[in-house]
Amino acid sequence: MAELLLIARLGGRRVAFPAASVEAVVELEGITPAPCAAPHVAGLAALRSRVLTVIDGVTALDLSSAGRTQARDAIVIPCDGHTYALLVEEVEDVIEADAPSVPLAAPVGAGWDRVAIGTVEVGSELFLLVDPYLLIAGPAANAA
Amino acid sequence: MDDLLNDFIAETRDMAQALSGAIVAWEASPQDRERLDEIFRFVHTVKGNCGFFDLPRLEQLSHAAEGALAEVRAGTRVADTRLVDAVLAVIDRIGELVQALETGESLASEDDEQLIAAVSGMPAVPAIVDEAAAPEPEARKSFRSIRLSVDLLDRMMSAVSDAVLARNELARRLRDAPRDIAVEAAFERVSTCIAEIRDGITRTRMQRIDSLFSGLPRMVRDLAADLGKQVRLDVDGGDVELDREMIEMIRDPLTHIVRNAIDHGIETPEARVAAGKKAAGTLGVSARQTGNQILIEVTDDGRGIDGDALVRSARAAGLLSAEQAERLTATQKLALVFTPSLSTAERITAISGRGVGMDVVRANIERIGGVIDIESRPSQGVRLSIRVPLTLTIIPALTISAGGQIFAVPRSAIDEILRIGAIRIDHVGAAEIATVRGRRVPLVSLPDLLGVEGDVPREEQKIVLLKPAGGQVYALAVDAVHDHEELVVKPAAPAVMAAGLYAGTTLADDGCPILLLDPSGIAKRAGITLAENELHQALRATEEEAETERETGLLLFRTLAGGTRAVPVMVVERIEDVPAEAIRFGAGKLRVTIGERILPLAGCDAAPAEGKLRILRLTDGRSEIAYGFAEVIDIRSVVLDLHVAPTPGEVAGVALIDSDQVELLDPHWLFAAYGDEVQEEIVQPVCALPEGDPWMETMLRPLVESLGYRVVAAREGVAADILILSEESAGASPVKAGQVVRLRSRPETGAGGDSIYRYDRAALIGALSRRSPAKDAANG
Repeated sequence: MAELLLIARLGGRRVAFPAASVEAVVELEGITPAPCAAPHVAGLAALRSRVLTVIDGVTALDLSSAGRTQARDAIVIPCDGHTYALLVEEVEDVIEADAPSVPLAAPVGAGWDRVAIGTVEVGSELFLLVDPYLLIAGPAANAA
Repeated sequence: MDDLLNDFIAETRDMAQALSGAIVAWEASPQDRERLDEIFRFVHTVKGNCGFFDLPRLEQLSHAAEGALAEVRAGTRVADTRLVDAVLAVIDRIGELVQALETGESLASEDDEQLIAAVSGMPAVPAIVDEAAAPEPEARKSFRSIRLSVDLLDRMMSAVSDAVLARNELARRLRDAPRDIAVEAAFERVSTCIAEIRDGITRTRMQRIDSLFSGLPRMVRDLAADLGKQVRLDVDGGDVELDREMIEMIRDPLTHIVRNAIDHGIETPEARVAAGKKAAGTLGVSARQTGNQILIEVTDDGRGIDGDALVRSARAAGLLSAEQAERLTATQKLALVFTPSLSTAERITAISGRGVGMDVVRANIERIGGVIDIESRPSQGVRLSIRVPLTLTIIPALTISAGGQIFAVPRSAIDEILRIGAIRIDHVGAAEIATVRGRRVPLVSLPDLLGVEGDVPREEQKIVLLKPAGGQVYALAVDAVHDHEELVVKPAAPAVMAAGLYAGTTLADDGCPILLLDPSGIAKRAGITLAENELHQALRATEEEAETERETGLLLFRTLAGGTRAVPVMVVERIEDVPAEAIRFGAGKLRVTIGERILPLAGCDAAPAEGKLRILRLTDGRSEIAYGFAEVIDIRSVVLDLHVAPTPGEVAGVALIDSDQVELLDPHWLFAAYGDEVQEEIVQPVCALPEGDPWMETMLRPLVESLGYRVVAAREGVAADILILSEESAGASPVKAGQVVRLRSRPETGAGGDSIYRYDRAALIGALSRRSPAKDAANG
């Protein structure tokens, strides 16, 4: 039973998200800002009659070097009764993993350590497997 | 009750279905503790519910099964095949009975005892309960109901919201497209259908408040028994429907209030009898719908709340100064019940008699957009009324904008909407204080608070006066105020809520997300201290009322020449537009025809060539003149600091209003300059009557008018031929009157001696006829 993965580009890296946690991939039309909300919240957007909380993927990684996501695509992720749209640079594909994911053996870099849950091999390429819920929780959750 | 029974039936059936797997598993391995527990829980639940519904057969069966299973659980009995069979037979029978209950059939009960005996591990014994003594519940007609998850309802609701948005989109497109009657009719039909569906789904979320009230009788009984009191509970309005979630939110506060009423309100039977009341106290709980609110009232006929005791407690706790305590009204005293620090201290509670956690009750009610009021009469009882909106999800709101973005504010928190020009703003350090009609409130700028760039300059901003739940009134400056809307509000994601400024999210008609602002959150973030200030605020408002009275009401207007002038509101009769052709220059002056009358016209040098002229009709109570002007700027109440003009003229002087120099008209000069000619046009003598006296207004006025008088209100600056006063009204009247008639309300002569009994018609007419119009007309 190979896991389905969503391959996307985020913060300049190609990473994999477990497809099971993803509801859809959309292009957002307009984002309503939410002033004073957590920094990784880019704002709100509407998907049909639902309000999506838009999460800026790069800010959520807390990579001090990078700016905000040069967003093209948004991954729609339901979580705890709310629906989030995770902005990534690009969504590439949904593919089956070749093998089950393997826990991380070594640090993978600032910001990424917090959200990466392992590595996974797809078509002889090794991807970082990222937990979208950890991204949604934002850098503030780091302390917890 | 039918609803509850239906719930019970549906629940039992669901449980029985869910259990079927467990039963089979248990049959296969009777030692399986987990299965055993599961089955035990089922019969236990059924037994408990049966007691409530008075279903003796089901109760006996489930009781027997429960007993047997309990022995197995305790290890005193082995789950052999015989027992398993017997328990399963009982469960089957429970299923059959529930089925019968639903359809209203009756089911033969002869072998119930055998089943019970089998489960109990005894040989069959004759029936313990006589069949007649355990009547079947009366046959009920079949009631079709299904159980739905709230999730499904939410999904339906959101689908309908989608439909509404699509409809709005379509409506916009249709407006832009060429008109087509047939398409529009079809669209109308779709609109109506969608509205109906939305309505229906909203209603599915509703539940009768019965489910909240049904637990009260038991609670009241237990509590009364514990406290040695006698309480009669009177529940009314259980069929009122309320959003399910709302019912859950009210449950705790209501319980608390009822407990308080029994614990502290209703006296012991002895005390009641001693006070001349019935030994049993009455506790009334009622619900009814008023508009889009539900009103829940809890009344008791107990000892009431001692407001003075509350004040003493507050004084003892250092919350009030003696001076403040002096000034409190009865209502304000009672409101102390809700003061947090007052009610938490035990020692004080003992004195005040009531108040444990009432602050919490109020906070809970206000959190769901409700209001709580308290009324008390010493030794007669207390009435607590709670008003809550019908549903949590649909909130009437006002949309506003800041920095180009639209936000919503719950309407329940809005006190008033003002233009920024209508208030005074003082800078106190970094803070701003707005003065609205003598009331000083903190001013918070929404764009600044949100850290966004405001759209409009300060002077074009609007002010929304907010009264957050349990907090102090404050003014919120916003860029624009848009519209009232009923919004379907959903909670926002935690990362957004973390801002502490928002209460939820919603979608506008055009499908854009809108954030619902949380008025208390804004206050907190802006550093406005809450609650503690409330009391002092109320006091300050009372103090400032006196000051407000010394202020003069001024109408600010722009003259035809473009300058800003003001005139006391008191002399302005009304504002009117007159057509240019009604204005004529004749006999050395401009005059304007209004209806049947000709008024001298001031304020302009020539009649406008065409169009309309806006005029102020100024009156001194006797004559009128018209004053042409361009537009009304504002009505303000200010303490005048007039810099008098060196020479008398149209303008009395200059005053500073909002740091602008404003010329103040001199009505005295105007009437002196124009008034002489007016005299002849006025044939009616004037009678001044005190304002706000209903007797004068409804009974006396027609009589006075029938004698040919023009009736004016007796106030500052009014001149009249006759002033009528009631004997009780002491002091000098501001009215300059040729004659004063005093009326007394009792037939016998009062202390003054010169007054007229107010129903002495002949004397009244006599007094008024001394200057009757008939005489004037004859003379003139």
